[in-house]
Amino acid sequence: MKKKNLFASLGKAFGYMKRKIPMIIFAMILAVFGAVLTIIGPGKIGDITTLMQQGLYGNMDLNAIGRMGIFLILVYGGSALFTFTQHFIMATITLDTSKRMRGDLIEKINRVPMSYFNRTAQGDVLSRITNDVQTLQQGLSNSMPNIITAGAQFFGCLIMMFVTEWRLAICVLGVTFFGMLLLMLVMGRSQKYFIAQQENIGTLNGFVEEMYSGHEVLRISRAGDKVNAHFAKLNEAVYDSNWRSQFLSGVMQPLMTVMGNIGYAVVCVVGAILTMNGTIPFGVIISFVLYVRLFTAPLTQIAQGMTNLQSAAASANRIFDLLETEELSDESHKTEALNEVKGAVSFDHVQFSYPDTPDKIIIKDFSAQIHPGQKVAIVGPTGAGKTTMVNLLMRFFEVNRGSITIDGVPTDQIKRENLHNLFSMVLQDTWLFEGTVRENLVYNMKHISEEDLERVCSACGLTHFIHSLPNGFDTELSDSTTISAGQKQLLTIARAMLPNSPMLILDEATSSVDTRMELVIQKAMDALTEGRTSFVIAHRLSTIKNADLILVMKDGDVIESGDHETLMQQGGFYCDLYNSQFDRTE
Amino acid sequence: MRKLLKRMQRREIIMCLICSFLLLGQIYFDLKMPDYMSALTVLIQTPGSAISEVWITGAKMLLCTLASAVLCIACGYLAAKVASGFTFVLRRDLFTHVSALGQQEMLGFSVPSLITRTTNDITQIQMVIAMGLQALIKSPVMAVWAILKILGKSWELSLVTAGYVVVICVTVTLIVTSVLPRFRIVQRLTDKLNRIARENLTGINVVHAFNAEEYQNHKFDQTNQEMKSTQLKNQRTFAVLQPLMGLGMNGLSLTIFWVGAALLSGMPVSDPAGRLTMFSNIMVFSTYATYVVMSFMMLVMIFMLLPPAEVSAERINEVLDTKPAIQEGTKEDGTEVGTLEFRHVSLRYPDAAEDDLHDVSFQVKQGQTLAIIGATGSGKTTLVSLIARFYDATEGEVLIDGRNIKEYTFDALYNKLGYGTQKAVMFSGTVAENIAFGACRTEITSQTIDRAISLARASEFVSKMDGGTNYKIAQGGRNVSGGQKQRLSIARALARNPEILVFDDSFSALDYRTDATLRAGLTRELANTTKIIVAQRISTIRHADQILVLDEGRIVGDGTHEELIRTCPVYREIAMSQLSDAELAQ
Repeated sequence: MKKKNLFASLGKAFGYMKRKIPMIIFAMILAVFGAVLTIIGPGKIGDITTLMQQGLYGNMDLNAIGRMGIFLILVYGGSALFTFTQHFIMATITLDTSKRMRGDLIEKINRVPMSYFNRTAQGDVLSRITNDVQTLQQGLSNSMPNIITAGAQFFGCLIMMFVTEWRLAICVLGVTFFGMLLLMLVMGRSQKYFIAQQENIGTLNGFVEEMYSGHEVLRISRAGDKVNAHFAKLNEAVYDSNWRSQFLSGVMQPLMTVMGNIGYAVVCVVGAILTMNGTIPFGVIISFVLYVRLFTAPLTQIAQGMTNLQSAAASANRIFDLLETEELSDESHKTEALNEVKGAVSFDHVQFSYPDTPDKIIIKDFSAQIHPGQKVAIVGPTGAGKTTMVNLLMRFFEVNRGSITIDGVPTDQIKRENLHNLFSMVLQDTWLFEGTVRENLVYNMKHISEEDLERVCSACGLTHFIHSLPNGFDTELSDSTTISAGQKQLLTIARAMLPNSPMLILDEATSSVDTRMELVIQKAMDALTEGRTSFVIAHRLSTIKNADLILVMKDGDVIESGDHETLMQQGGFYCDLYNSQFDRTE
Repeated sequence: MRKLLKRMQRREIIMCLICSFLLLGQIYFDLKMPDYMSALTVLIQTPGSAISEVWITGAKMLLCTLASAVLCIACGYLAAKVASGFTFVLRRDLFTHVSALGQQEMLGFSVPSLITRTTNDITQIQMVIAMGLQALIKSPVMAVWAILKILGKSWELSLVTAGYVVVICVTVTLIVTSVLPRFRIVQRLTDKLNRIARENLTGINVVHAFNAEEYQNHKFDQTNQEMKSTQLKNQRTFAVLQPLMGLGMNGLSLTIFWVGAALLSGMPVSDPAGRLTMFSNIMVFSTYATYVVMSFMMLVMIFMLLPPAEVSAERINEVLDTKPAIQEGTKEDGTEVGTLEFRHVSLRYPDAAEDDLHDVSFQVKQGQTLAIIGATGSGKTTLVSLIARFYDATEGEVLIDGRNIKEYTFDALYNKLGYGTQKAVMFSGTVAENIAFGACRTEITSQTIDRAISLARASEFVSKMDGGTNYKIAQGGRNVSGGQKQRLSIARALARNPEILVFDDSFSALDYRTDATLRAGLTRELANTTKIIVAQRISTIRHADQILVLDEGRIVGDGTHEELIRTCPVYREIAMSQLSDAELAQ
């Protein structure tokens, strides 16, 4: 990451914490105070030593030593108190901020257009919510005060050293300067391996996720050896960048200690000579020995703090990338509302392509008139654009051209929330979450009575299944619960039937349900949807035979439309498709 | 943690030993420094000392430092190698172990949790080893050494040092024990936040369709809040630690000087030599005592790092300790070819109240097609999953080629099988890589792949893809449609050139025409291959040699289409739900 980006991202993080900035500044001032107070220490200890040395062969001024001792207790105590308060404040602020950030991220997820998820992998988004927020939090709560404290200590020490004895100060500074050069060299090199390390771990993570998810296939394909070999390669890369970065960063601190020791030796020797010349009192050496330690430690801290801040900045960058993504358009100004709908839906020359690939037209020119209460089936080969039509109807995506109207009102003139309320929808992919059966069914709906639940479940043929569960409706569903694909579908259908919406969308809703059950559900649904407009996508043609209108789609266009009989008489694509189930090709 | 460390390889252990040895050297040189320091003190205090002696002592100090630096770099290198090497092995072991786990164990842990354990948790451990290894060896040695150095010099000052050490150790232990349980909670809450966010992401369509954005945000917020307050307690407790350490260090040197001064002034003035010795002892003491406290503090730092690592180690051990319930046998060959038999097979999932399959018996001969049909949740998938030993039967036997499948090695068993899973799994990689996934009896050549593609009726769309079989499939097969995924997954099963093919509802996303031609091709081209097909559509199975009708885990019909139509009411119902009377008569 470039320097400019680093500061830009951190700047954003501070902007995010705007209201907390006064508190942060307060904490930083405390940190500086704490640091400055510790710097007073060595000088006073040196004074004590000098007093002791002066009294070595005579009377010692114990009172003076006592006064200095008490003074130092106050200084050290004060320093500890300041440091503690600073840590306390920073912990509170950063944890509060990271909580807010996580909350904002999850809200953001529910506000960005669907197309965002076509671009960004799920694991990546998740990683931003957990890992990146954590990295940023750690970076801000530890590194920042550390850098400030260390900086204050560094400069404070420098000043104090020059005040105490400039010759020794220059010696120490010389050694330190050499140390800093070395440090920068090491840091510059380790950064490269740190980046490689993050990338390698990321790749490994992706591979592991894939292999664990496809575990069954792995097993039956006897792919163990191949997969392990590939894993070994990725693991090897992690190992390699790992030990290099670790070595270089791990050696940093001892290296600084060595620098400290060299400083120590230099101070001792030069100090000894100066003392023997009578240029300086002995106590100065003791002060300097302590200063050397105080002086070199901050350098290591600054170095480490900068490394941490760099990764914090990288994380901040990823977080704000998501937080600043364009949201679904604001709809608060829309006043039009559809409450009592009859259910006439019309598609008028709809054209659509995904925002990322504007050249690849998915829906070319789709037009259809649907009368209130009709059951509409959409059929066609995979990739024809059936699910896309549903997405457009629900405004998960917006059309490029043309319009969709309900009872004559264009759908983009009412709020999305309003539009979604008009439909009950069951999707191809069943979605259940960890929680009880009841929570999964009722979801966010209010005013669902126990009778409603029972009624819908019995219509969906779920009564027997639910009663066979250990705690009925209150059974917890999780990954380890064994329910079949069909039962999952039934549960999602029941959920969609609960709100009693005026229109219905079924996208391959019953593909894993057996056909008898499907008939039962269909009957229940027909009763429920009598007079309601419904859209059904299905591969099993038996499911849709009784539809009022069948739209046959191919390559983004409606190529045939009509009811079953009409289409069969036409003898076109649909007829062909239908008859193929009786082909005696075997 | 200790248990985990037992997995360390010999190479790492040797490196550890060398590292410890080098560390001893380093400590020796480090602790040599104060000796020279006190020699210098004596030189300064003794009138008439030669400057050259100061230089010589100084040179020795510098040499010590350089020796220490060299050793330190070598140690850093070894430590980095050990930490990375150990985690390399750990990651490999864990991955291999998870790959060998059965379905049941996988579901028990849940895939996301296993992923976290393979990457995140191991990284935690590596951090501790990298940072802790040196400190762990160094600090006790240094403490003991330093204590030896000051032992007998002054019992009063020793007492002071001991007092500080005890106070610091007790405080730290208290802090760590109060924090440890909450670390476990934090880890669990992270899992939970991850899960809720993941659920929100996978069900984003449903969330929008139900206008449930607020509901999801609220759900996340609860856990988020819990996370924050737990972490806050931890961080605030930790805020005490650093200032406390500073206070301990500074306080100790102050107390030593203070008490030292009192001791010194208490000595008779008539003994200047004794007073000088005492004075230089105090100087040495102040340095060594700091070493003692510093070593203990280093240990404390490890203890700070340990709690989260300890939690991670437990999580990793939990996986490594899990023995797969399903173990392979030793036999390579059967007594027949291409036969499958179930003998009174029953299966009850763990924790289930009743059998999921009950007393299932049937026989299939080589080249025959067996179809399995039945209601949702009737046990079709369960039945075929027994063939692949995803589970083992609780009662009865499953035989392939005349031998109980438990007796075969996994390689032998899975080489006989080609298995199309209910949910088509795609990996990132080319079409060819996906089809030639894993290993089987014969090498999978490009001819085999082409033939499999053509048999799976996938040639048309594969040839249209950019690069044909070299077309890159995205993670999870996002860039291919549901029907295409199914056909590629079928091709993968075919490419293994198996004796027995199992398709678990693998044709559900295919239109009738494709379904029919695909099956016709299988019958024609693979006459000697036994085929087991689970399906919902009567048309898919009506020409099978034998059809099993399952209902609530029991076989309620066994025969051909014509027989079952007459004799099996369940079958007739299913058929009637899909075909009109006229069609039935065809």
